[in-house]
Amino acid sequence: MQRGLPMLSRMFAFRLPTALRRSAHLLLLLVVGFTMLGAGTPSASRFNDLGHKLMCPCGCGEILLECNHVGCPDSNRMIGELQQQLSTGLGDTGVLNFFSAKYGPTVLAAPIRGGFDLVAWIVPFAVLLLGVLAVVLVLRMWKRRQQPLATAASAPLPDTLQEQIRRETEY
Amino acid sequence: MPHPMPSLGSFSLMLALALSAYALLAGTLSLWSTAKGRPLAVSSAQLGETSRRAGIATFWCVSVAAFALVWAAFSNDYSVDYVLHHTNRDLIPVYKFSALWSGQEGSLLLWAWLLATYGFVMRLRHKVDVALTAYASTILAAIQLFFLLLLVFAAPPFAIVPGGIAPKDGFGLNPLLQYPEMVIHPPMLYLGYVGFSIPFAFALGALMMRYPGEKWIHITRRWTMVTWLFLTCGICLGMHWAYAVLGWGGYWGWDPVENASLMPWLAATAFLHSVMMQEKRGMMKGWNVWLIFITFMLSILGTLLTRAGLVSSVHAFAQSSIGDWFVGFLLLVAVVCLFTFFLQRDHLVADNKLESLVSRESSFLFNNLILLAACFTVLWGTLFPVLSEYVQGSKVTMGAPFYNKVAVPIGLGLLFLTGVGPLLAWRATSLRSIRRNFVLPCLSILVMAGSLIATGLRPWEEDDPTSSLYSLVCFSLSAGVITAIVTEFLRGAAVVRTQTGKNLLASTLLLTRRNTRRYGGYIIHFGIVVMFIGLAGAAFNQSKEMEMHFGDSVQIGSWKLVCNSYSQDTNANYDTDYALMDVFHNGKKITQLAPERRFYTASQQTSTVVAIHSTLSRDLYVVFEGRNPQTDRPILKVFLNPLVNWIWIGVLIVILGTAIALVPSLTPSRAPVALPAKAPPAETPAFTAVTAQAKNAAGPSHA
Repeated sequence: MQRGLPMLSRMFAFRLPTALRRSAHLLLLLVVGFTMLGAGTPSASRFNDLGHKLMCPCGCGEILLECNHVGCPDSNRMIGELQQQLSTGLGDTGVLNFFSAKYGPTVLAAPIRGGFDLVAWIVPFAVLLLGVLAVVLVLRMWKRRQQPLATAASAPLPDTLQEQIRRETEY
Repeated sequence: MPHPMPSLGSFSLMLALALSAYALLAGTLSLWSTAKGRPLAVSSAQLGETSRRAGIATFWCVSVAAFALVWAAFSNDYSVDYVLHHTNRDLIPVYKFSALWSGQEGSLLLWAWLLATYGFVMRLRHKVDVALTAYASTILAAIQLFFLLLLVFAAPPFAIVPGGIAPKDGFGLNPLLQYPEMVIHPPMLYLGYVGFSIPFAFALGALMMRYPGEKWIHITRRWTMVTWLFLTCGICLGMHWAYAVLGWGGYWGWDPVENASLMPWLAATAFLHSVMMQEKRGMMKGWNVWLIFITFMLSILGTLLTRAGLVSSVHAFAQSSIGDWFVGFLLLVAVVCLFTFFLQRDHLVADNKLESLVSRESSFLFNNLILLAACFTVLWGTLFPVLSEYVQGSKVTMGAPFYNKVAVPIGLGLLFLTGVGPLLAWRATSLRSIRRNFVLPCLSILVMAGSLIATGLRPWEEDDPTSSLYSLVCFSLSAGVITAIVTEFLRGAAVVRTQTGKNLLASTLLLTRRNTRRYGGYIIHFGIVVMFIGLAGAAFNQSKEMEMHFGDSVQIGSWKLVCNSYSQDTNANYDTDYALMDVFHNGKKITQLAPERRFYTASQQTSTVVAIHSTLSRDLYVVFEGRNPQTDRPILKVFLNPLVNWIWIGVLIVILGTAIALVPSLTPSRAPVALPAKAPPAETPAFTAVTAQAKNAAGPSHA
């Protein structure tokens, strides 16, 4: 980075006035700084993230990082394995696959292996979407059936009358 | 007689079984005779009356059986297998009482007793509608018969220990159940589950007899609301118990048993909303009938899921063959419901149709959709492991990550509709009305979102952006919904104030008393929003775990805990290890916490008693996890959980709102309205006038 900055400033030097050049330096420093800051955090957050995607296999039914059984035969060992896997540079999927292969698919806190597991995620939203479509269709159908009554009744009601109707009909 | 109380209990259950069978048979014959006009040897009315009285007698018999079991527990009668396995001599009396529902047989007996009690009250109040109550009473007798068959043949609570010789002491109660809330939580939950039998019986009965009008809904409204309230309290007490006892820092683990209680609650909530459309507009009749059928079936399904061994749960009792009984019963209920519905479906034609897409009616439809989608998601998540095993040959876990990603967005949709629904008028909402009603809530949402982002809640900067985003949306929507509710109150109160000249508070109270159902409902909505705010706080939970010796300290957020001392205590029931922790906030000592770990001698099991310092903004939650087996040093886990108290406060508001909604409204004649000096001529109600106008214009076919 120390080599890179003067080179960049030389690039900017003949094009930009001093104030702008300094601003550009500052901006560059901020961008690089934030990037470096960001680079330091993932291992802690990844550990926390992945630890909450795994179940403790001791039968307590708890998320790995929330298992609070003193003397639990599995959680400490598994937490150690997770740290070890993270240090190998394996990606998230690779780490989860490792645990799934070692402890079985029930060690994953949610079905994320692809294939039929995807059905678990798709179906609730598909049902909700179908439900929305069904409700919209029902509403349109009801509205269409009601047209003759509405047109026969009269023009749109004044707001004051509608407000009065509302008071009388509403719970 | 060597075992008088168990014998009395068993005999009472058998007598109750016979009485229930009679109530069902005589009731069915009487109804059949009346419906078909076929005379019997005795008059059908008399036969129906004997059926009703048999139902009442069933209550007394089951009560004697429940008393016999409690008596056996209090008198340390370890010849009863159930008492042996769920109590011990040193158990304090209140937990001996709660042993009634701490095991499978006892909880089934509690279920049967509550059902008999509900039936008792309903049959005493039969004059509300004799014909409809006769149907409901017979249907209830059928449900009662099922539970008594279970108690007599499949899960007898008075079974004598092998050999008949009573051991000197029992094996004790599960330590997790030795907590004050466990004395209230299961009965509350069961009152909820069992209570849905009453609206179910009325709905099925009304459909069978082609009951004219919507009176059955008026009759069952209070039953349904009270039952819903019991279930709400039961669920929330369970959450609080899990929070205070299980020691994992949370209150909801998406365990199948928790899910089993949530599903009927969601379906019942949908019913309570959509039933208003039937009452006011004569719409959604078939839908409402199915909602209450589904609610009842989900109550039964919950028991089936956990007791048939279909899904594993940390709450589940020992699995047994009673799962098959529940499958059979559930199938029978489904067949009866389907058959009755198809036979009588022409009776369920709607009286009115929708007039505008932007109306209260359409918001109810979407509300029902969201609630049922949530219910389906929970059911899907609970059953998917079974489906996965069937399809892939391997089970999967459906834990919190699944529900947080799928159920939370649906919950936020529900929160949104909680705000929108009450702002829309029945029949149609004008554009002007929309503008007037929605401006303030929308502004609140924007202001809250902006303020939160400005003060640092920026999902794009968080480790877990999804949770932070959900929290941001939840807080913002909550602000909008609260603004909408407050605006509705203020607008109504302003009108009352003009009429009566009272101050704003008195006007608001009078407004609420004049329409308890509407404004009680708003208070319930407010309580739910407060609960949502508390739930959203979970995105910012922090925790630390460490071995701590004397003088060691741990810093979490702006709080510091210093280990003052460790101590031990013992009594006849359990030994205790506890830590004394001094709590400092910004350098000032606030309190001392004493988390415990108990070892129960009778059951040889351990349990934690969490120490919580609770404030409106956060809970400091300390768990004594035990001692490190290698170093023997105590291990403590400290959580900083924001906004948890809001959940419990929200529950109290929901209870208050439901209580208000249950109180009858002041009738206009009793309402102390200051009339103008010269009363205007009585006007025709606008709704009636407009409806009549529309009907006249549309011709006789609409009359």
